[in-house]
Amino acid sequence: MTVLLILIPAALFLGLLGLVGFLWALNSGQFDDLDRAAHSILMEDDDAPTEG
Amino acid sequence: MSLTAVVDPLVQPTTVTLAPDSHDSFVVVQDDGSRSLSAFVRNIVCAACVQRIERVLHRAPGVVEARVNMTTHRLHLRWDPSVTGTQSLLDKLERAGYPAVPLLEDLRADGARADRRLLRCLAVAGFAAANVMLLSVGVWAGFDMGPATKSLLHWVSAMIAMPAVAYAGRPFFYSAVTALKARRLNMDVPISLAILLAVGLSVVQTLAGGDQVYFDASVSLLFFLLIGRYLDGRARSKARQVGEQLLALSATSATVIEDNGARRVLPVAHIEKGMRVEVLPGDQIPVDGSVLSGRSDVDLSVVNGETVPRAVGPGSEVFAGTVNRTGSLVVAVSGAGENTLLQEIVRLMEAAQQTRSGYVRLADRAAAVYAPLVHALALVAFVLWAFPLGFGAERGLLIAISVLIITCPCALGLAVPVVQVVASGALFRRGILLKEGDALERLAQVDTVVFDKTGTLTTGDLKLANADLIPHEDLVLAARLGAGSRHPLARAIARFAENREPLEVREEPGMGVEHTGMAGTVRLGSRIWCEVDLAVVPSGPELWLRRDDGRLTQFCFHDTLREDAVQALQELRKAGLDLSILSGDTAPAVEIAAHALGVSDWQAGCRPDEKIRVLQELAAEGRKVLMVGDGLNDAPSLRTAYVSMSPASAMYLSQTAADLVFQGDGLAAVPVAIRVARQSRRLILQNFSLAALYNAIAVPLAVAGLVTPLVAAVAMSSSSIVVTVNALRLRTRNGHAK
Repeated sequence: MTVLLILIPAALFLGLLGLVGFLWALNSGQFDDLDRAAHSILMEDDDAPTEG
Repeated sequence: MSLTAVVDPLVQPTTVTLAPDSHDSFVVVQDDGSRSLSAFVRNIVCAACVQRIERVLHRAPGVVEARVNMTTHRLHLRWDPSVTGTQSLLDKLERAGYPAVPLLEDLRADGARADRRLLRCLAVAGFAAANVMLLSVGVWAGFDMGPATKSLLHWVSAMIAMPAVAYAGRPFFYSAVTALKARRLNMDVPISLAILLAVGLSVVQTLAGGDQVYFDASVSLLFFLLIGRYLDGRARSKARQVGEQLLALSATSATVIEDNGARRVLPVAHIEKGMRVEVLPGDQIPVDGSVLSGRSDVDLSVVNGETVPRAVGPGSEVFAGTVNRTGSLVVAVSGAGENTLLQEIVRLMEAAQQTRSGYVRLADRAAAVYAPLVHALALVAFVLWAFPLGFGAERGLLIAISVLIITCPCALGLAVPVVQVVASGALFRRGILLKEGDALERLAQVDTVVFDKTGTLTTGDLKLANADLIPHEDLVLAARLGAGSRHPLARAIARFAENREPLEVREEPGMGVEHTGMAGTVRLGSRIWCEVDLAVVPSGPELWLRRDDGRLTQFCFHDTLREDAVQALQELRKAGLDLSILSGDTAPAVEIAAHALGVSDWQAGCRPDEKIRVLQELAAEGRKVLMVGDGLNDAPSLRTAYVSMSPASAMYLSQTAADLVFQGDGLAAVPVAIRVARQSRRLILQNFSLAALYNAIAVPLAVAGLVTPLVAAVAMSSSSIVVTVNALRLRTRNGHAK
């Protein structure tokens, strides 16, 4: 059972990493405009001149 | 001295160009010296629009940052003031087809912050729930686990759960404390109580090395409830955003003429009495005041519902919110912002709102019944187990907590928001915007529909009524004359010009147009303009044509019905609703429309306060009225009615007042919205019964002391999932229809 002493902190650390990542994304405004995020795949990201 | 100072602003307003940074009061100076501006951009329909706007702005020299929020249609713009100016950027946008209205920074939604706070709580609760569950499964499965290991796992759980509950539980704790302070019980009271008791007792058990540890149940409970709370909050903040956008549009700027003749664009809030404001043709008049110079026709339909513009000249009173049609005006401000007729109507609207606040949401009513019941049950369980059965206070408390937890309204908390989110999505796809979160519940109970006429049942576009009686020659002549005017009646005739060239005309704002050519002088316009001296009272809007030889022709107009008005009203009748018309227009006009639609119950010539009175009488009879209207004069009655709808072509104030706003030319949105509302009410009630059924099974088990944390968690999750899946049925029924 001593393996738990490594596994539990490891699991918690990874979970915490995910949580921190999420909170960071939240605070940096990545969830402010979900509609746009859904459409962003359709946008052309080159800045070349286009017609229309 | 600049050119602007030399030109008398009252004589030739159009020769003065706007100063490059006339939107100064909207612009924020950043720390690094750059300027920034928030604006509401119109005409955004898709991602391509967003991209095009950004591309146009990014290509403009001097632009540092341009970002459009597709959800809120807001533009955040930052630029270098030494290279470019506000006006040139806004002009670029306008040329690209996306006119933007600058917003004051403080108008920016705070709602996003509340949403974010909930999302943060949700993330923390999710993290904690996942980890504690993981550990708990270990404990339950670990048959051969030593007491030391078990104790260790409990301790780790406690270390995760306690801070998580303290952080993520705040929305519920605050709400519960507020309710208790007001001596009320809401659903958050048993939730908070259960969570706190569960965590507290689990800590005690952990310290004592006991088995009954409920950390997993309390954090996962919190997690599920926060999901419901977040969905609910999102639906509401979406509704609020719509309202704020509309308000932002109302806070339009006004062009002030300064003493030196320069034009400055100021937000309406900064306009003071005594200032001079320029209003160009086609613009909304931003203030109350009297006309200093210029002649025009002013469209008062928003104030009194009349479709024909009224002629104004120097000395005439004009009101904020009305639309200047034909000539440019300079107005001396007598009231702006808070002191306008517009605000008077807003106040009337707010007063009307008070009468509606008696409405209690379905979920709150359920909670009002449910919360005391849960408390009583838990208390009974505690007393029963502790004393008659003789298991002691501690065992009794544990059972009581498990009752509180298992009855905890996860499903109940999700029942309404999930349905609402799905329903508002279904409505949105059909061009109907839900502005108030609880509008659906109210809409489902409606038994009477009251329509405004002009702009609601009818399009507000006037059509020539007596075209058949007018000689073709006259019609064409009038049409060619009318083509040169901006007056709506003249525009209505101009349609008959076919491909003929418009005549060159001189327009006398407020009177009519005149053309002098080979055939002499012909005039098209009002009775006075054409020197008509008939005693006959006009039956409706009219125009006259006067030829050189004095021959007169009368053109009569009528309003046209919205394209599917007849069908929509039929559907409403089939749905068992009583229909009536309340209009500010004249009786003959209303009668024609009422007859065409087969509505027998109609009233004409109603002022805003009379409409309110009629609605109040209906309410006193116990009727639940849906009001559909569009004019500014309808805004207070839209607020008075039990629930209200407004077309997107309506005045912004009416859109703000209405609970739902629908797009498109037809009225089909009204029966659709009612159908979806009734369906979602049914689904909400089904969800409540599902939750009740779940409780009916789970509560006796909990009272009997048979519920382990695992059972509680599984039961809770599955009831939440069942409720969510049930709500999604609304989507399959309404989502694909177009």
